[in-house]
Amino acid sequence: MPKVTYIEHHGSEHVIELKTGMSVMEGAVKSGVPGIDADCGGACACATCHVYVEDGWLEKTGAKTAMETSMLDFAENVQANSRLSCQIRIADDLDGLVVRMPESQH
Amino acid sequence: MSDGSIDLRAEARAKAYAMPLEDINLADTELWRTDTAWPYLERLRHEDPVHLHPAHHHPDGAFWSITRYVDIMAVDTNHEVFSSEPSITIFDPKEDFKLPMFIAMDPPKHDVQRKTVSPIVSPANLNLMEPLIRSRIVKTLDELPIGEPFDWVDRVSVELTTQMLATLFDFPWDDRRKLTRWSDVATGGLDSGLFTTDDPESERRAELFECVDYFTRLWNERVNAPPKGDLISMLAHGEATRNMDRMEYLGNLLLLIVGGNDTTRNTMTGSILAMHQNPDQLCKLQANPSLIPSMVSETIRWQTPLSNMRRTATRDFELGGKLIKKGDKVLIWYASGNRDETAIENPEAYVIDRERPRNHLSFGFGIHRCVGNRLAELQLRILWEEILPRFPEIRVLEEPRRVPSVLIRGYASMPVVIPSRNAVLAH
Repeated sequence: MPKVTYIEHHGSEHVIELKTGMSVMEGAVKSGVPGIDADCGGACACATCHVYVEDGWLEKTGAKTAMETSMLDFAENVQANSRLSCQIRIADDLDGLVVRMPESQH
Repeated sequence: MSDGSIDLRAEARAKAYAMPLEDINLADTELWRTDTAWPYLERLRHEDPVHLHPAHHHPDGAFWSITRYVDIMAVDTNHEVFSSEPSITIFDPKEDFKLPMFIAMDPPKHDVQRKTVSPIVSPANLNLMEPLIRSRIVKTLDELPIGEPFDWVDRVSVELTTQMLATLFDFPWDDRRKLTRWSDVATGGLDSGLFTTDDPESERRAELFECVDYFTRLWNERVNAPPKGDLISMLAHGEATRNMDRMEYLGNLLLLIVGGNDTTRNTMTGSILAMHQNPDQLCKLQANPSLIPSMVSETIRWQTPLSNMRRTATRDFELGGKLIKKGDKVLIWYASGNRDETAIENPEAYVIDRERPRNHLSFGFGIHRCVGNRLAELQLRILWEEILPRFPEIRVLEEPRRVPSVLIRGYASMPVVIPSRNAVLAH
C-alpha cells in the first residue's frame, strides 16, 4: 500500500499506509493524525483539510477542480503548493507523497 | 420546567403526522417560536425530502424545502445552480428597500467583498484577540449574582457578543447596545413585538437608516485616517468596498452585525440550556474539560442558530427525483440536516464527545461558509473554560422565551439561577 508522510506544523511526522482510492484527508482522519479537521467530511466544501504538497509531488496529485480552487481562495496562508487533501486520491504513483499541515485549519 | 414542554412536543408530533403532507408549513413562525418544528422536519425528511410548499404558505410565494443532510450539502456546494441572489432569506427584497450584502451575492463580487473583511477573523488576529475576550468573559461571569435569578440572555449572551462586535467595528463603547437593537430590528419580523406604531415597516426602515447614518460618521472618520484593523476601516479602504452606496453599506453592516452577534449570542444561551437538560453531559465535561472544543461543536449543531438559508435556482435542476425550475425559491434547512439520522448518529441526543462533532451544517458549506466560524468557536470555548472552574451548576428556571422567526433560532430571554460558586474561587 502507498505510504504518505504527514508533517504537522511544528514538525512531527506521521507515516501512514493508505489503500489506493482513499483520499489523503481520509488517511489522516482515520489514523488520528492531528492537523486536518475535514469539517465537511470530504465534499470539497470547507477548506479545513488544507495541506502543502512537498516539492516534486504537486503535479502527481492531479489538477484542482473549479470548486477546490474556489474553496482554497477563501482559506488562510494559501501557497502555490496548497491543496485540499480530500481531493487527492491515493494511487500507486503517490507512494512516498509528503504533505505538510498549516498552523491551523480555517 | 419540562412538563409543559413535553406535552407541547407530544402534541406537535401527533399533529405533524396526522395532517396531509401538503399542509405542513415550515414558514409558520409559530413552529419556531414554540420549538415544535422538529416532527414536521422529520416527517419531510422521511416522506418528501425535496418538498414544494404551495404559494399560500408564505406572502412571498411558493418555496421548496430541502431537509436531508446530503441534499442540503448538494445545494449549498452548487453555487452556480443555486444562487444566493437576490436574497438568502425566504423574503424577497422589497423593490424600494434593497440591501445588497456579500452573503447574498454570487462570485465574483461576493469573493472580493468577503476577502476585504475576512482578515479580521484570521488565525493570527484571533490569537491577538483571545486575551481580551477572556478578560471580558471573566469580568462578566464574576459579576453574576449567586442564588438570585437573572436573565442569562441579557446579562451574559447579549453583553458578551455586543462587546465583541463593538471591538470588531471599533464602535463607541457606551453606545454599543445600539448594535444589539439594530441586529434585532434587522432580523425581527414586523410582528416580533419590536415595533410599537401601526406602521412597523416604516419604523423598521427609519431605525435602519439611523444605523447607516451612525456608521457613516464612523466611515468618514476612518476613511480620512490611515487604514487600521477594524471592520469599518477595512471597508472604507478596501478596493472592493470603498465605493459602496448607502444601501450596500447598510446591507453589509447588517450582515456583519447579525452574523457577528445573533448567532453566537443564541449559541451561548443554547449551551446553558443544553447542559441544564443533559446533566450527564455536564458531569462528563466537568470531569474532562479537554472536551470543551468538541462540546462547542456539538452545541453549535444542537442549537443550529440559523435554521435555514435560501437559494434561487438559476436553471432547471433535478434533485431527489423532483424538478426544481429556474427561478424557484429553495430553502435548505440546516436545522433538519443536523437532525438527519442517515448522516449523524443519534442526532436527537446532545452528546459532547460524539465521534465527528465538526460534521454539522450550522456554518453552511461551500463558498458562503460562515466567515466568522472560528471566532464563534473561540468565544464559546473561552466562555466554558471560565464557567467550569467557577460554577458547578447554572440552573434554568423556566422554558426560555424564543424569538418568533423562521430564520433565527434564538432566545429573547432565559431566566437562570446560579446556586453556588465553586469553593476554590469563592475567596
